[in-house]
Amino acid sequence: MDWQGQKLAEQLMQILLLAFAAVSFGTGYLLGSFQMMMLIYAGGVVLTTLVTVPNWPFFNRHPLKWLDPSEAEKHPKPQQQQQQAVSSKKKPTKK
Amino acid sequence: MHSFGYRANALITLGVTVLALMCAMASLSDNLNFPTPSAQVQVLNVNWFQKQRNGNEEVSLTLNISADLQSMFTWNTKQVFVFLAAEYETPKNSLNQVSLWDGIIPSKEHAKFLIHTTNKYRFIDQGSNLQGKEFNLTLHWHVMPKTGKMFADKIVMTGYRLPEEYR
Repeated sequence: MDWQGQKLAEQLMQILLLAFAAVSFGTGYLLGSFQMMMLIYAGGVVLTTLVTVPNWPFFNRHPLKWLDPSEAEKHPKPQQQQQQAVSSKKKPTKK
Repeated sequence: MHSFGYRANALITLGVTVLALMCAMASLSDNLNFPTPSAQVQVLNVNWFQKQRNGNEEVSLTLNISADLQSMFTWNTKQVFVFLAAEYETPKNSLNQVSLWDGIIPSKEHAKFLIHTTNKYRFIDQGSNLQGKEFNLTLHWHVMPKTGKMFADKIVMTGYRLPEEYR
């Protein structure tokens, strides 16, 4: 699951659970049936679990694109001296 | 939210929290119900009234108990417990309560009833205060909810009197 997918999964979970809670409470209260409220909410929790817990393909639509190692070699990191001036704690890397 | 376990954990945590909230709201919704129960009790007969060997007095009554408790039932009511108590005052104690009958009402359909019965539990006074005693019959009830707060109240019925003589 990529970063965007994680965000989506969390938001989906919260929205779905709260929506099912509201719907089940309203239905239960109007029908005067506590059991109906519990059944609808239980169904909602199961559905939310199925939607947000497994690693579905639609959570992986934004994969991180890493540079190819050969590409990185062609463009070496910026000069170390400047970095050392900014933060002297960092270990000097090999030249 | 990066792994199966994290997502399952987050879902269960929020799910149970929301469930608790719903139950709290269901309990609070009981406050919107204003029950108007009614009850009448007739003492049809004093079957016998005598002094026990240890000095206590015991009465046996035949009662007609009719009540309409349907308005107590809401969507969050599991059952209603009712009991009928004889209440009277003696020189020693300002309130004596003797439970004569009780019952559990499991549903709204059973909440309107007429029961013809002798007292289910023995009506004994610890002493000899009952001759000619004026007493109240009080119907107490406890509304037991599926979740949340339990409600209790009573109806006091006055103007009953025991006979002056043993029989």
